[in-house]
Amino acid sequence: MLSGYAPILFFFGICAAFAVLAQFLNAALGPKRPSPTKDLPYESGIVPRESARRRFSVSFYVTAMLFIIFDVESIFLFPWATIVRELKVFGIVEMGIFIATLLVGLLYVWRKGALRWD
Amino acid sequence: MIGPDDLWWVLLIKCGVLVVFLLTAFAYLTLAERKISARIQLRYGPNRVGPFGMLQPAADGLKLFFKENVAPAERDKILYLVGPSLAGGAALLAYAVIPWGTNNWFGHVFHWDIAHVNVGLLFILGVTSLGVYSLFLGGFASNSKYSLLGGLRSSAQLISYEMAVSFALIGVVILSGSLDLEHIVGSQQGLWFIVLQPLAFILYFTAAFAETNRLPFDLPEAETELIAGYHTEYSAMRFGLYFLGEYINMVTVCSIATALFLGGWLPLLPFHPFDWIPGPIWFLGKVLVLLFVMIWVRWTLPRLRYDRLMNFGWKVLMPLGLINIVVTGAVVALRA
Repeated sequence: MLSGYAPILFFFGICAAFAVLAQFLNAALGPKRPSPTKDLPYESGIVPRESARRRFSVSFYVTAMLFIIFDVESIFLFPWATIVRELKVFGIVEMGIFIATLLVGLLYVWRKGALRWD
Repeated sequence: MIGPDDLWWVLLIKCGVLVVFLLTAFAYLTLAERKISARIQLRYGPNRVGPFGMLQPAADGLKLFFKENVAPAERDKILYLVGPSLAGGAALLAYAVIPWGTNNWFGHVFHWDIAHVNVGLLFILGVTSLGVYSLFLGGFASNSKYSLLGGLRSSAQLISYEMAVSFALIGVVILSGSLDLEHIVGSQQGLWFIVLQPLAFILYFTAAFAETNRLPFDLPEAETELIAGYHTEYSAMRFGLYFLGEYINMVTVCSIATALFLGGWLPLLPFHPFDWIPGPIWFLGKVLVLLFVMIWVRWTLPRLRYDRLMNFGWKVLMPLGLINIVVTGAVVALRA
């Protein structure tokens, strides 16, 4: 069955070559006229103040953590979904408990205000 | 038994055709976007390069190769280059398993897709989610405030809507009982899954707009507040690769929607003269209709505010997706 992935590997090589070549050709063909002003990051026309590497809103971290929890849930759901026909009621009850647990978790997070952006 | 799919030169031709198809699709999608938006706004759109502006994409593409790369001096040298390449490369790679149809020639089964794997759906979900890295790396490596904010916003948005996408697709997996895209299309013979899973289709197509950073969810590059978001500091072909990734992702999400909900290569009605038209043509036609809808929506709806966007993903799409899974699963299990 693994042989099915050999064409993907081959196509991956083509994609990687394209992605590298496009940048390389541009670097080779384009003009190079550097100047101190061009080296500055864009900041609406004023000279940049401070570095851009600074602290940002905690909501982004919370979103990332919640994403991991629910993404793992969806990974469990995919194999279950393919055999739900054979599992019949047993599968429904088991997955129902699993989904309900996570739904309670989502409601808790919701009520706690972790999904609020302000 | 050695079929035509096992010959190396057949694979080579298929890869070549697919790359040329995707690059052409990208080029003419940009032209279609500009032409359709012009018509919606009562303008003509590009009409100078070639008849009806048909050569405009070629002129644009060539121009990108001959432009200077302007980059901030304090960038992260390596990550800055990885971002655009990952965006373009991953978008191309995801298309390898999209099922275009099968033909039976002289007793040999011929697949139109490059690779036929039994977890095709998971492969596509995995590869398309690499796009998150490209946007965030690009935004972070530029060392510019607008880029960083754009990169943060887009990564938070993409991962939030990725779950909505997976939950919407699980309903289809339950019905067909397989992650194999060809099997999923085959099990829609007679009745397309959009009829059985209308909610899942709406959820998927809505989340697809967010996954491809299109209006009304194009917050990562909201011009009025973030200049250009994560690709503010990119120019020439590096910007072109991000642009290419975005448009090819549009083709990919529309192809997934076609394969999973609209019957893939199956004809509209299963009898003459409809079944006379080859499968890949049907597939392409359905993809084009969905692409037109995506462009149409972009030039019709205004942009959402960021908190509303995140709330919509977490508090509307996700619970609806879970409910859809439970109901679909219960019905299928009890009727089996």
